[in-house]
Amino acid sequence: MSAFAIETVGLNFNFGSQTIVKDLSLQVPKGSIYGFLGPNGAGKTTTIKILLNLLQSPADQVFIFGKEINRNRIATLKRIGALVEQPAIYGHLTGKENLINRCILLGINKNKSTEMLALVGLTDAASKKAAQYSLGMKQRLGIALALVSDPELLLLDEPTNGLDPNGIIEVRNLMVELATKHQKTILVSSHLLAEIERTATHVGIINKGQLLFQGTINELHQLSKPMLEIEINDVEKASDLLINCGYQVAENDGKKLSIPYKNDKENAEINTLLVQNGFMISALYKQRKDLENLFLDITKNN
Amino acid sequence: MRSLYISLFSEYYKSRKTLAFWAAILLPVIICTLVSFGFYSNADKILPLKFSGMMLWARYSSATLNVMGFLIMPFYVIFMAFSVNNIEHKNDTWKTLFAQPLNKFSIYAAKYLFAVLLIFICLALFGALTLGFGYILQSLVPKYTFNQYNPVTFLFNSYAKLFFSSLGILSLQLILSLIWADFLKPMGIGFVGTIMGIVTASLNWKFAYLIPYSLPTLALQLTKVKKGGDPLAFEVFSREIYTSLIFATAFFIIGYFIVSKKSIK
Repeated sequence: MSAFAIETVGLNFNFGSQTIVKDLSLQVPKGSIYGFLGPNGAGKTTTIKILLNLLQSPADQVFIFGKEINRNRIATLKRIGALVEQPAIYGHLTGKENLINRCILLGINKNKSTEMLALVGLTDAASKKAAQYSLGMKQRLGIALALVSDPELLLLDEPTNGLDPNGIIEVRNLMVELATKHQKTILVSSHLLAEIERTATHVGIINKGQLLFQGTINELHQLSKPMLEIEINDVEKASDLLINCGYQVAENDGKKLSIPYKNDKENAEINTLLVQNGFMISALYKQRKDLENLFLDITKNN
Repeated sequence: MRSLYISLFSEYYKSRKTLAFWAAILLPVIICTLVSFGFYSNADKILPLKFSGMMLWARYSSATLNVMGFLIMPFYVIFMAFSVNNIEHKNDTWKTLFAQPLNKFSIYAAKYLFAVLLIFICLALFGALTLGFGYILQSLVPKYTFNQYNPVTFLFNSYAKLFFSSLGILSLQLILSLIWADFLKPMGIGFVGTIMGIVTASLNWKFAYLIPYSLPTLALQLTKVKKGGDPLAFEVFSREIYTSLIFATAFFIIGYFIVSKKSIK
């Protein structure tokens, strides 16, 4: 029994001569919220389409709950709910009818549609044609469609696209609730790094079809080296002083200095040194590089 | 089988508010009403011709059959094939349809069967309304001779021929509208094909039966009433119908292979 809900083994995928996914080895643990990060065109959506068998993958490279997808397409899809790119909904049908149609296709009770509409806050718009929905409402309906079969694995491609701040928070809370209370596994792609940082337990970073990093959110944070940031009155002179005293000034943006953090004792020594030399320190604090900068660093080097 | 049934029911559910669905009902109602109104309002011109019951039915039903067979039927089939696929192209829903735990054959076969069913309903209504309006005309204009002949077999055979002869076009057009998401390519090819079919069939070109688009016209030519002949004396399963069914089967199988290899980019 595989411990992974999704496992790809050296997955390669081309559109003609163009390589879209290269040697991708995703490992998404069961019960995790896996943040799939990457800039536009990195291969996130293509990967999700491969996981849904919408794009044919080479044999023995994609396993969902331990089963090879090409040989177990229907059994695998029964366990997956997905929202891919823009929500695919029938514009001439109402929100509720879209859900009922999905219930028909899945052979489940039509009453589930009412429950799903309430879950995504579309009860009042249930009888409105989906073509008249705002982008945010369409996105909510797309999430409801993905959830209606109560799947074990959810693939959400940029689910907060077009949502207002409240909607983003709701989707974020919904994902956490689904993973923690209902033991769902969620793979969520995004380029909104702060959002992934708030919800994901695991992260995979992809660029130009290649996986650059994969691990827990804590492992990702550990990659980020903390810095000591000093806001001071005369930045240039303070920088010269610290360099002359053997400290490494990593960054000087004209308002504050950044020095690689070593330990608290050294922080105190630097503070004393600056004060004794007549500098006025307005703030001195340890700063961890945020995920956004870390992400940029990783993708820039690829 | 269950997969096919739910796919078919879903096709009905999502299409029931579209023009393609209602066209199957409105088309026969409108055309039969117009033809019947023509026979009612022109009764004074038709009655002096002193048609026998059989000839009156032949004249009355051929007014609908000819319009339907030569012009409307091929375009209706082309439009139907376009509609069942366009609902997915337009809403970008192929990706969700193929991401459902349903086999691709069921999804494809359901679309084909739904189009076949709508054509069947449309033609069945044509037959039923022609019959019904004929008897209504008889009650409104008692001097008509509709009550002297029972046209059920004739109507059944004529519309059955029209139905079977259209299946070749349907299968071919379904492939075209599956490949191309836009309106112009499948409709354009269908339009040119239909004109070509009508011309070749009308000229009695000996190989016309090999063009799917000419088959409805050819099928109806055979049902024309010959002098002194019995209009019922024609076989439903003629060469044109067999050709149409062979085309339908071949294109249906080709279409399935296209669907099974279809990648959702």
